[in-house]
Amino acid sequence: MTSAAMKLEQKRGLLLGPKGWTAVAIALGVICVLLPLLNKAGYFSDYAVQLTGKILCYAICALAMDLIWGYTGILSLGHGLFFALGGYGMGMYLMRQIGRDGNYQSDLPDFMVFLNWKQLPWTWALSDSFAAQMALVVLVPGLLALVFGWFAFRSRIKGVYFSIITQAMTFAAMLLFFRNETGFGGNNGFTDFKRILGMPLATPGMRITLFVITGCTLVGFYLLARWIVNSKFGRVLQAVRDAETRVMFTGYNPLAYKLAIWVLSAVMCAIAGALYVPQVGIINPSEMSPAASIEIAIWAAVGGRATLIGPIIGAFFVNGAKSWFTVAFPEFWLYFLGGLFIAVTLFLPQGIVGLFKRVSEKRA
Amino acid sequence: MTPDLMEAGSQRLQAYAEKKASNAGSTESGGRSAGYGRIARLGEPDFTHGVALYLDAITVSFDGFRALNALSLTVNVGELRCIIGPNGAGKTTMMDCITGKTRPDTGTAHFGSTIDLLRLSEADIAQVGIGRKFQKPTVYEELSVFENLELALAADRRVRASLFSRLSGEQLDRIAQVLTTIHLLDQAQRTAGLLSHGQKQWLEIGMLLMQEPKLLLLDEPVAGMTDEETERTAELFLSLEGKHSLVVVEHDMKFVDQLTEGRKKVTVLHEGSVLAEGLLAEVQNNEKVVEVYLGR
Repeated sequence: MTSAAMKLEQKRGLLLGPKGWTAVAIALGVICVLLPLLNKAGYFSDYAVQLTGKILCYAICALAMDLIWGYTGILSLGHGLFFALGGYGMGMYLMRQIGRDGNYQSDLPDFMVFLNWKQLPWTWALSDSFAAQMALVVLVPGLLALVFGWFAFRSRIKGVYFSIITQAMTFAAMLLFFRNETGFGGNNGFTDFKRILGMPLATPGMRITLFVITGCTLVGFYLLARWIVNSKFGRVLQAVRDAETRVMFTGYNPLAYKLAIWVLSAVMCAIAGALYVPQVGIINPSEMSPAASIEIAIWAAVGGRATLIGPIIGAFFVNGAKSWFTVAFPEFWLYFLGGLFIAVTLFLPQGIVGLFKRVSEKRA
Repeated sequence: MTPDLMEAGSQRLQAYAEKKASNAGSTESGGRSAGYGRIARLGEPDFTHGVALYLDAITVSFDGFRALNALSLTVNVGELRCIIGPNGAGKTTMMDCITGKTRPDTGTAHFGSTIDLLRLSEADIAQVGIGRKFQKPTVYEELSVFENLELALAADRRVRASLFSRLSGEQLDRIAQVLTTIHLLDQAQRTAGLLSHGQKQWLEIGMLLMQEPKLLLLDEPVAGMTDEETERTAELFLSLEGKHSLVVVEHDMKFVDQLTEGRKKVTVLHEGSVLAEGLLAEVQNNEKVVEVYLGR
């Protein structure tokens, strides 16, 4: 019996194989050493740094989407909200860092002067402290996800109904943030950032620093996600996806599991949003539009669900195509995106990664 | 108190202690002298009365249709009880009530003598020791056979525990043992979705065994199995009898005959309540039962 048991154990254990760790090391080397050097030497333009950094943020979102959709089978069409909330959290701090250098040379952010406000609203109470504001970046979206998820999962809302509710959630938030009275800059959002931690933002050094931080965050989240899906917790998530009633009748409470991964996924998106804003230099309510959230799901689907690396590839592929298309054929981009999604759904249910797997299996 | 009274008291106490020592283990309640001051531990069913499952006057209606109509049923500890009945008799609804999927309108359901099933959630009911096999085999299709069993393994079910859980050698042995029992040892690393229908049924039964439940509810466990597989299943269930209580809902009379071995009780359900109870041969000759099965 023991030998049979030993045979069963073989496949287990390591987080990544030797090949996987090598790939992680190479990725870190490229992000932290190679690209910064190339940038300094002028072979990797500042524009490319900014674009790639932006896509790295999107890749974190796609990874978060994979945990909740690919592994747990819960399609969220409201992840853009968590991304945007993280972005707004960072944006508030950056607005305060402008100080008196704004157009109106006031202590208050420009849009507040424009609205004739005399003091900061209570929501901005912590906005002068970087540490406190970063805590809010995690806490506010995390708490929102916790409350929303608790009610939704407790009521056993599933499938397309859950997707529609998340969509409604982000749409409602968008309408709220569009209003000037909400105190977050209305439809213009925040922009014209000048400094972060007292250092100027618009320098090549700062750009590449933010790029490296984002890349390392992505790699870190990837390893975290890999660890989670390799644990028994991760297998329970997949079990929830495949047969939730069986999970319940086996004695697991799916609510706790779904809630845990849902909140983690939301927080990952929020952190991506906070990294996105200083690199792109603007945050406004359009990030909360339903279309933005749907795009995250498309990246995951195109790359290949429940593979972790797939959604990252998908984010790069779709956004790479987007920046090329919107220059070459600006009016056709949305048609292409729609066509891509249909094609992937019909012909590549496993996404790009699934295609590679199929090809390599055929060769073997 | 006078010395002679104290003397008499101590003599009586000694006599009682001797009697108790000579009787140990032979009482009906498993060697306990009396039920006074017994400590009911939370989450552990109390089987000292010999009853594992106790349903009393359970009524369930869906939009006016009475799926269960004042159903009362008891299953003893270690008993293997077959339940038969025509379609729509309420067999599956009964299992839904026991496992917490459906809440009855009236009536009570107890597991052992202390646990009120109607106050627990599905997951809690599974944790106190009731395992259920569905009519349609439900396994985790994308996971391997091994992982299916691993998830069912009796262990801490909380989130943090599963994040850091690692299989011990003992647990691996247990999985290997169940894999042998369900004849899937050589398929352990195969994706469960690729198994045949009969094998999926076996896998689900194996998952139940991993849970180490005290009561197993099996809804048509041999549907879609070959004759050979059916026979093996019957053998497996018979080997479980005594260690676990089993409730088997089945249409296949040959299988029921095998399980009851001509000496166990069979319950016939009809229109949501018990129509007849007795040996299979008796029940099959019961006029009411024949009428129900053959139509009037």
